[in-house]
Amino acid sequence: MATISKLAPTSHAHARNPGLPFDAEAVEDIHVNLSAVERRASTLGGRRSVKKDYQAAWLLKAISCIDLTTLSGDDTAGRVKRLCAKARQPVRPDILESLGMSERGLTTGAVCVYHTMVETAVKALDGSGIPVAAVSTGFPAGLSPFELRVKEIEASVAAGAEEIDIVITRGHALTGNWQALYNEIKAFREACGEAHLKTILGTGELVTLRNVAKASMIAMMAGADFIKTSTGKESVNATLPVSLVMIRAIRAYEEMTGIKIGYKPAGGVSAAKDVLGYQFMMKEELGTEWLQPDLFRIGASSLLGDIERQLEHHVTGRYSADFRHPMA
Amino acid sequence: MSIAEIFDTMDYGPAPESNKEALKWIAAHDGKFDLFIDGKWTAAKSSSRFDTIDPATGKILASISTANNADIDAATKAARKAQKAWEKLGGYGRARHLYALARALQRNARLLAVLESLDNGKPIRETRDIDIPLVARHFYHHAGWAQLQDSEFPNHEPMGVIGQVVPWNFPLLMLAWKIAPAIAAGNTVILKPAEFTSLTALCFAEICKNAGLPNGVVNIVTGDGSTGEHIVNHTDINKIAFTGSTGVGRRIRQATAGSGKHLTLELGGKSPFIVFEDADIDSAVEGVVDAIWFNQGQVCCAGSRLLIQEGIHDKMIAKLRARMEKLRVGNSLDKCIDMGAIVAPVQLSRIEALVKKGCEEGAQMWQPSWAVPKEGCFYPPTLFTNVEPASTIAQEEIFGPVLVAMTFRTPGEAVQIANNSRYGLAASIWSENINLALDVAPKIDCGVAWINTTNQFDAACGFGGNKESGFGREGGHEGMLEVLRPKFEAKLPHYKPAKVKTESGKSATSPLASIDRTHKLYVGGKQVRPDSGHSLPILSAKGDKIAEIGHGNRKDIRNAVEAARKNAGWTKNSAHGRAQVLYFIAENLDARKAEFTTRLVETTGVTTKQANDEVEASVRRLFSYGAWADKYESRVHSPPMRGVTLAMKEAVGTIGIVCPDENPLLSMISLAGPALAMGNRIVLVPSEQHPLSATDFYQILETSDVAAGAFNIVTGIRDELAKTLADHDDVRSVWYFGPEAGSKLVEEASAGNMKRTWTNHGRARNWFDLEQGEGTEYLRHATQIKNIWIPYGE
Repeated sequence: MATISKLAPTSHAHARNPGLPFDAEAVEDIHVNLSAVERRASTLGGRRSVKKDYQAAWLLKAISCIDLTTLSGDDTAGRVKRLCAKARQPVRPDILESLGMSERGLTTGAVCVYHTMVETAVKALDGSGIPVAAVSTGFPAGLSPFELRVKEIEASVAAGAEEIDIVITRGHALTGNWQALYNEIKAFREACGEAHLKTILGTGELVTLRNVAKASMIAMMAGADFIKTSTGKESVNATLPVSLVMIRAIRAYEEMTGIKIGYKPAGGVSAAKDVLGYQFMMKEELGTEWLQPDLFRIGASSLLGDIERQLEHHVTGRYSADFRHPMA
Repeated sequence: MSIAEIFDTMDYGPAPESNKEALKWIAAHDGKFDLFIDGKWTAAKSSSRFDTIDPATGKILASISTANNADIDAATKAARKAQKAWEKLGGYGRARHLYALARALQRNARLLAVLESLDNGKPIRETRDIDIPLVARHFYHHAGWAQLQDSEFPNHEPMGVIGQVVPWNFPLLMLAWKIAPAIAAGNTVILKPAEFTSLTALCFAEICKNAGLPNGVVNIVTGDGSTGEHIVNHTDINKIAFTGSTGVGRRIRQATAGSGKHLTLELGGKSPFIVFEDADIDSAVEGVVDAIWFNQGQVCCAGSRLLIQEGIHDKMIAKLRARMEKLRVGNSLDKCIDMGAIVAPVQLSRIEALVKKGCEEGAQMWQPSWAVPKEGCFYPPTLFTNVEPASTIAQEEIFGPVLVAMTFRTPGEAVQIANNSRYGLAASIWSENINLALDVAPKIDCGVAWINTTNQFDAACGFGGNKESGFGREGGHEGMLEVLRPKFEAKLPHYKPAKVKTESGKSATSPLASIDRTHKLYVGGKQVRPDSGHSLPILSAKGDKIAEIGHGNRKDIRNAVEAARKNAGWTKNSAHGRAQVLYFIAENLDARKAEFTTRLVETTGVTTKQANDEVEASVRRLFSYGAWADKYESRVHSPPMRGVTLAMKEAVGTIGIVCPDENPLLSMISLAGPALAMGNRIVLVPSEQHPLSATDFYQILETSDVAAGAFNIVTGIRDELAKTLADHDDVRSVWYFGPEAGSKLVEEASAGNMKRTWTNHGRARNWFDLEQGEGTEYLRHATQIKNIWIPYGE
């Protein structure tokens, strides 16, 4: 049994994805059946269940995978600092104590902000080992001039972001211009340097699962370290069927290359019950390794609050209330 | 394990569903159950009892009664007594009762789910998410059929008392499939649950009682095989509905032969799961999980033969093995398992023996690295590769979590391997090419086909098989017709054999009056001499010898069936094309009306007016089936999914038709017409006494563009030929309209390949009567319904 007294720093446990040369055939051969995918996604929750201590442990693990996020027009340094403080101490110490987890140094997986807030966040998280992720490349639409998008990445990396969440040009996927999509992501990856590249596909705007599967494969071939569903700004964000398709693409890429790619659902995962469904899917379709923060992140802002209430209920046996937990 | 340790391992822990309420319910009955007869718990006449066991733990759950002959008699009496009032209550009244049952089932959903899981060993997830919701859905759906019965099934009445025997794999669901349509239609029932799994049926009995169902409408009698036999053999039961093994089904077919009992059988299977190279392979792998590891593979329609297009074989097998590693087997009440326990040690031994046989025959067995629980009755998911169609495990139904994989090269070969089985229950077809999938589904000889999905069920969609998987359909419109009968049926007079003519000693044939004609057989579109080289004399109504006809024998039947098998063109022909031919036959018969009239007068002794009426009715009947050919159409069901289910009416195949003596021309046309209209090829035995109308008909067939082999006629001794037809493994259905003994003969012999039969049970029809002589009843017997499930969406 692997025991770790402290959480390992995220994002560095696996060989980085060197990518593959563009290969149109790899996407032409992709078939996705919507009804069958939906069936698997909707029945998986009935096949797996974690109760009591197991549930508490799984929810704690989920916290370690959260990219605690603020992406609003009204973000300020004060707001970001508050978020970072929560990332450092996501659960009330007395609850952690009762759960026997106070020695683990539990933090969220990362803090995710706009470029202008990177410096503030890096400073606020100094010494915590928590990486700062910057959404980039003209997030959320991703339609600003290409050179500016590349420069934005470089600026965020320079400011100390260890992870860059880029958005793709959805139009490339919608028109089947896979070469252009590949080139774009590859350029972003080069601009990232040591920083990890998380590729947001904008799945709500790609609409079909076939598009999602193909875009996932192209993103990984172009060197993505993570593939991520959505910006959180689309009308439909992370869903289980979309996740299943992306997770299976990750599995296919590993079968092809041996490289492990991370997965990040974002937007719409707000309840503890929901996150367990994603965790089951990761474990069942990919394996236990993919439950760790170096291969699994959840882009969420309100999820943590629900998990905290569940954990307190586990400790006390009484249903909790949100004001009992420090806000982010 | 501490939370911190679980945090590191991220294992699943136990997630038990409570059995408290279920055990409390059993305890409320003191752990001992009586029979449910006439609305009351009734002690069995014999003291013989048996225990029902939780196969996941080996613990005894309760003591169950064995009903004997006297108990079945009491149950039958109660059902008979209740039937008339139940029928008279009317569709709306019965609908209210079925609706109440559906509601009550939902209110007791958790209790039923846990009981089922305990008694059978299947995962609580399945009983909770699949079995019990489908049970409630079945009662809702059939409440609707009761409500609509008068308008949707006019001129039909309930059969009366129905005896039902259900298996242990889906105890309550099979009960619902049997009871809901039967009582909706106004029948009353005696149902025997399987010996291993009586509890939910007994709980259902209690629900009926509490829901105010009239006494005697539903009777639940527990017991073993002997109890089932008493039901099957009881003389005051009108119909037997059985789901279970082909072996037992065959015995029931033999036991009920000639009894006049209507019969539906839903038997075993070895269903193909076909994966084409353009399939979503990951989804297909998950489909396999639903196909063969659903209910531990103890599913009659389990996709147990995996047929993979050769180019993707290795990829698919690798993915499948990886998936199998992730399956979890454990206590049936654990909410975190995929597979529970095998129902009983005897079933486990059977699985083990067949797996051993597979290994001995050289197939490669693979099981995941993890071990199943040592206590209890468990078997791991198992995959065989290097299997050939000739392997025992590719042919025999294993009824366990064992999958055999084979490859194919082309769609045609996939169909060929899929159909290379004595069974024909279900098929699952995986391809993202709609052209391919919709081309393959109709070609598979089965009752249910799922495209890019598997093991889907719904009350609106009929379920049932072909070949040795049984006959009859359960669910939907087609299922209702299996529990109803035309109102005229019970009133038909007894069949009177034609009077044997006394030979006058005179011969009416003179080579000078007309050139000597040889009445041969008509096989494969040609007039052929009988194999025996013998002839039979044919007498006129007056007893004069007027002709000699070929004495057809076994080999002639064999040749005729072969000719039918070879000439698939008739079946492939469009409905419009078949209609054209039927009209053309009518046209040619009409042109020779005088000749056929004369023949009828000469052979049957009717008046010219009567004979002329018969010929005219025959022409008219041909017109009816020309009309029906492209109008007896398939239905499209709307089950609760995004997609459609096509209830396709398909030709049965080769049908043997044995004609009565009365109205020899009209009865022949009445039977041949619908069979041909629906695309069947037929081997017809004309009236033994008056075969000349049939032999005269050869020339009409020859001039009417009838495809060679579509319509074969073998003359001779009726019951000799009927027996050969009923015995023949390549004949898919036999229609028999002769004396009562012949019905028994045909039904008994049909058990060989479990072919369908349609017999008159010694009753005579009025062939001139439009209700008795033509219409949808005939077309229903001339078709079998295949439900093709097509979920869609991009």
